[in-house]
Amino acid sequence: MIENILVRGLLNSCVYAMIAIGFSLIFGVARIINLSHTAFYMVAAYGIFLFNVQAGFDPILSIVLSILVVSALGVLSYRYLIDPVRERETSTLIVTIAIALMMQEIIFILFGGHYRGAVALISGHTTLIGVRVTNQYILTLAVVMTALIIVWYLLMKTRLGIAIRAAAQDREIANLMGVDVRKVAIHTMTIAVVLAALAGAMVAPIYVLEPHMWINPLVIILAIVILGGLGSIKGTFISAFILGFTEVLVVIFIPGGAFLKVTFALALMVIILLIRPEGLFGVFLEGER
Amino acid sequence: MFRHRWSILSLLILVICILLLVATGCDDSPVDVDEVDEGEEANFLKVGIVGPMGFVQGDHSWYGAELAKEEINAAGGINVGDKNYMIQTVMVDTNELQSVDDAVSAVERAIAVDDVDLFIGGFRTEAVLPMTEVAVDNNKIFMIAGAADRSLLEGRVDVDYDRYKYLFRIAPPNNIELVTLSFILLNEVANSVRAELGIDTPRVAILMEMLTWNEPLVQIAQQQIPAMGMEVVGVWRPSATATDISTELTEIQSQGAHIIYMANSGPVAITYGRQWGELEIPACSVGLSVENQKAGYLEATGGYGEYDMSLNTYGRAAATEKSIPFWDTFMETYDDTPSHSAGTYDALYLIKDAIENIGTIDSEALAEEIANADYEGALGRVVFDEVHDVTWGPGFVTGFSNQWQDGELVAVWPYEWSPAEGVEITYQGAVPYKIPPRVIDYWKDR
Repeated sequence: MIENILVRGLLNSCVYAMIAIGFSLIFGVARIINLSHTAFYMVAAYGIFLFNVQAGFDPILSIVLSILVVSALGVLSYRYLIDPVRERETSTLIVTIAIALMMQEIIFILFGGHYRGAVALISGHTTLIGVRVTNQYILTLAVVMTALIIVWYLLMKTRLGIAIRAAAQDREIANLMGVDVRKVAIHTMTIAVVLAALAGAMVAPIYVLEPHMWINPLVIILAIVILGGLGSIKGTFISAFILGFTEVLVVIFIPGGAFLKVTFALALMVIILLIRPEGLFGVFLEGER
Repeated sequence: MFRHRWSILSLLILVICILLLVATGCDDSPVDVDEVDEGEEANFLKVGIVGPMGFVQGDHSWYGAELAKEEINAAGGINVGDKNYMIQTVMVDTNELQSVDDAVSAVERAIAVDDVDLFIGGFRTEAVLPMTEVAVDNNKIFMIAGAADRSLLEGRVDVDYDRYKYLFRIAPPNNIELVTLSFILLNEVANSVRAELGIDTPRVAILMEMLTWNEPLVQIAQQQIPAMGMEVVGVWRPSATATDISTELTEIQSQGAHIIYMANSGPVAITYGRQWGELEIPACSVGLSVENQKAGYLEATGGYGEYDMSLNTYGRAAATEKSIPFWDTFMETYDDTPSHSAGTYDALYLIKDAIENIGTIDSEALAEEIANADYEGALGRVVFDEVHDVTWGPGFVTGFSNQWQDGELVAVWPYEWSPAEGVEITYQGAVPYKIPPRVIDYWKDR
């Protein structure tokens, strides 16, 4: 049982972290609460289904094409729909949820409400400390780790990363210092959408594709970023693990109440917020005047 | 700054609440399309095909009806005295999986705008109930082909016959009979486990999505399974939309289950089929899976749904001489296997026969005639009981059980089914049930 908790908890948490980090990043550096984040993830998953299963393209090519299409969609939606209202938080929320709903309906029109699945990049399973794990999950774990290292390197070791962090700390000063804040925001949005698309590519063969598949992950990642502290990458990662393990514990110890796993995770979030309102690693607005 | 932070947090928590509501069914996204084949001079019988179009339940209702319509019209339509009626199908897109209100509006519109003569279809009980109220208010026949709840007829037709005499159900068998049928199938699999693996008391894991429709099944199963000579090792209730149930499945394996008794209608049915196969869980899978009934199931599960077994309204075996031709034509036309909502096919033929018998399309007379129908269709011999529900049992409609074997969905039940002493039923075309080879490999030496 302990082995099952450890292995399942780790895998579950990594998938959540993968989806949540892009969301956290765009909020942390551009102060945009992008509720369409998981809709991009959904479009990426459907893109792989379209290119690979329906068009018969190579799986890797399908992933690349899907990420490119979703990135373009992300940048265009940012440029023409989000950027004009980004200074107004409520409007941003409404616009991004509208984008998500539009994508949902377009997916429904194109693919119908049928449940679909994509082909795993690596099929079969492996036994880890006595627990059977699908190979696609293990691949997802590796991709999550790699993506996190790349994001960390990008933010800490590159000129773009410095600009992003500067803009995140103080947009006005960064602008005065010659940083093109608008361009930085677009780059950040692109990175966030690529992360969402990558998550979609990895989970497409694990999860079920259907036009509402973006809603449940959005609930979870909102809980994760709030719990971790809005905008904190470290907090996002750690809270993904807290909620991921909570879900696994619920399934194992209350099997008849497995459907309550999200509810338990959200209840835990509320309890921690009552104790620590800024979240576990809240960096929210610390640098803003 | 503190107030600003809390306003953002409050907004986000509000969004979470709204999303949870949306995810649990308050979303509203109807795609209401009506397609009417316009004729020029012939008389038309306008039949509303009711269902959530774009989803398998609605699509199969439409497909079944379209097949019957094409065949009947090609053969000259319905002869009513000296007149010939051609069938005109009207797509009544109810969006009932998302919104009951949409469903009621769709039926009201079909009556008021499209002037529909009668209805066939309806999947979700909560939506069928008010839809049928609208139908009977307007004296319209409503032949249910999809929703299984017995209470849609019992307590209505028998209590207020004058009002509810227009209601019938052709498919599937009602939820009480479905429970009986699923236990018969479970017993068949248990017998195979006993015979082939030498396990006298098979251990059963109950894995059923958390939805109202299967709640009685979960309760009854926990009492009934031990009485059938099996042991229940646990009950797992994932969400109907769960995207990962590998934790449940690995726990089921660690509990030593030989059989997983499942009942899933939501996306979790795909998750289950894929992970059950990919993780090579050494347990037979039997029960009721809506997705298992579709031709795309194997593809959706990445090929891992092989050997999964589910009951169905249709199968490629001869309940009657019409069963296999219908199955093959459906496959050829739509590249899909007919699920229970394709009962619209038999419903339309049954109604045609009834109209020709009485020589009128008057609803009241038609209701009386249908109530006394004895029709042999693709799903079996259809006779309605005292509440206008399709009679289930040997010699009537029995249903089928289908299993994925070598990439094909084949009928495995009724196969040497013995419902009574000295009686054995095998539909021509049915083949023996196969225990997944991995289950045999895992258990045979233990």
